[in-house]
Amino acid sequence: MKGSFIENLGRVYGMYTGGFLVFVLLMALLEQMGVGADTIGVLFVAFTIGIYALIGYLSRTMQVDAYYVAGREVPAVYNGMATAADWMSGASFVALAGGIYFGGYGYLGFIIGWTGGYVLVNSLMAPYLRKFGCYTVPDFIGTRYGGNLARFCAIVVLVITSFTYVTAQINASGTIAARALHIPFEAGVWFGLLGILLCSMLGGMRAVTWTQVAQYIVLIIAYLVPVIWMSNKQGFGIIPHFSYGDAVARIQELEPMIGLGTAAIDKPPFGGVSILKTPHFAPAGGMDSWKFVTLAACMMMGTASLPHILMRYFTTPSVRDARRSVAWSLFFIFLLYFTAPALATLTKLQLIDPNLATSIIGKSFEEVANLAWVKNWSSVEMLYLVDSNKDGILQLNEFFMRSGIVVLATPEIAGLPYVISGLVAAGGMAAAMSTADGLLLAIANALSHDLYYKIIDPHAETKKRLIVARILLIAIGALGAFIASLKLTSILGAVAWAFDFAMSGLFFPLVLGVWWKRANRPGAIAGMVIGFAAGSAYLYAVRWGGMDPWVGIDHLRFGIIGATASLIAMVVVSLATPEPDAETQAMVDEVRVPSGESILGSQH
Amino acid sequence: MADNISEVRQQHWRKTRNLTFLVLAIWFVFAFLLPWNAGALNSMSFIGFPLGYYFCVQGSLIVFVVLIFFQNKMQDKIDDEAGVSE
Repeated sequence: MKGSFIENLGRVYGMYTGGFLVFVLLMALLEQMGVGADTIGVLFVAFTIGIYALIGYLSRTMQVDAYYVAGREVPAVYNGMATAADWMSGASFVALAGGIYFGGYGYLGFIIGWTGGYVLVNSLMAPYLRKFGCYTVPDFIGTRYGGNLARFCAIVVLVITSFTYVTAQINASGTIAARALHIPFEAGVWFGLLGILLCSMLGGMRAVTWTQVAQYIVLIIAYLVPVIWMSNKQGFGIIPHFSYGDAVARIQELEPMIGLGTAAIDKPPFGGVSILKTPHFAPAGGMDSWKFVTLAACMMMGTASLPHILMRYFTTPSVRDARRSVAWSLFFIFLLYFTAPALATLTKLQLIDPNLATSIIGKSFEEVANLAWVKNWSSVEMLYLVDSNKDGILQLNEFFMRSGIVVLATPEIAGLPYVISGLVAAGGMAAAMSTADGLLLAIANALSHDLYYKIIDPHAETKKRLIVARILLIAIGALGAFIASLKLTSILGAVAWAFDFAMSGLFFPLVLGVWWKRANRPGAIAGMVIGFAAGSAYLYAVRWGGMDPWVGIDHLRFGIIGATASLIAMVVVSLATPEPDAETQAMVDEVRVPSGESILGSQH
Repeated sequence: MADNISEVRQQHWRKTRNLTFLVLAIWFVFAFLLPWNAGALNSMSFIGFPLGYYFCVQGSLIVFVVLIFFQNKMQDKIDDEAGVSE
């Protein structure tokens, strides 16, 4: 191949995608030849992780700017794909459709929040941070406001936020690895971590960037293929996305007939599974609407302050490319997010519509309990059926499932070949690994660049800096895996908290750093400390302290409290203290135009 | 000359700010106003979907994607006119 790697990106990833599709076909062939489902699952997970590890190895580097910002040479479209993989976590992949299935209108606040947030990223953050030329988010805070204390506060917020998130990702990769490879969950967690570190350790941001692009390709194929195949097989249309309106109407018609809302009689013997209680889409207005918009607001402002997302935009060659890549990021994310509601709707219809062969509600209990997919997922505690009223028929309040089932079991419910289930496992693994990599790198980079190099030892040599960065990466990964193996929280609870933590501590200090020249160091420190403390205290009070949430602001929305406190503290303290010096004000002016040198040099 | 530059810069920032406000206003409508009123919008339908539902699962999302591409196009123009593009 002629030319540099960057010039050949299209060809490289084209070949990679083709190779992956050939692999899928090969697996389908093996299945036809009678190779067992377990073997195919193992091959899928092992093959894809092998590829990511290879990319990680080929991208190894000992240069500072390659390690921290991928050498700032990632084209907008590819950075968009990498961001999309960085962004779409194991939870997005596995639990999003299930969340819509169970949560109805209330849950759609996540969909709006996790896409609309990019408008804020593009309008308020990405181009300006790229112009700044920082390596990490605390790098911006530390330079714009000056002083180690401001930098240190940003490090603390970043670490707590990202760590909350990363344990959930390691947990998800462990769950998938455990199931695909038939190993215990605890072993799966460590296996998942090994895969994650193989992608990031040698090459830092450069390696993570190019594996994330590869992971995006796998995850989007793995999400779209089963849905489109299922839709065609079940007669819901060639591309179901624009035509499932009828299915929504049919569900709404069936809901009263199948006794939606009847409470369960028996309690399942294990946790995590639940019956369907919420209507598919029935906004009641008032409080319902309020809860929707507050959830969406938290997810949007959280998106715009999550360090592992913002740092992706530091890797583009220019400010204009940073903006473009935000647009591509959202486009690539959109492909999955507008598929999830279609999947949730069609899966629900398949289960409850008596006119469809796949339906189980209202069928003979005996018959349903013996379905292969029901047996399969019951054995791993993801499904539970009980004939509470002993009438021999399965009712809606007798069918318990985990939200992840909607994605994981779709191929089996619709009777697709096993190869599709293997593909879905590989996709879920890619989603969890790519997010975990981004998060681990965000934490390790903040500690190695901001804490170690900028605060503790400003004279450290490049080699030493990069070795410290890697040791931190391994240590944090190991800590995350250890906590994940304790199984403390459900996947989605923790993910939402990361957004609330980020918006409580970082949103206003970042936004006002660019948009309000008068914002100064004491203000920013007050904003971070008071915002973060208020948010955390509120979370503690409503989650564990037995306090009743104020006007529906529960533990998923504590960022509303944190960010409000942060804004007030930052404005009040800034105005009560002297304005920033002329040099800082000139710096803000400089950040607002794309042209010219970045504020921080390319090697700092 | 210096004054000229700062005047151009000021104008550039004013335009950037106005564009940002416009974008955020559109964003506000599709992120908050329409989902808030989803119940009322459901009495209408669009390509077979109840309209309120449609915005929450697809319509607003499409608007966000298009909005960012639109914003970037306009911002590029503002940068070029002020001579501050890279």
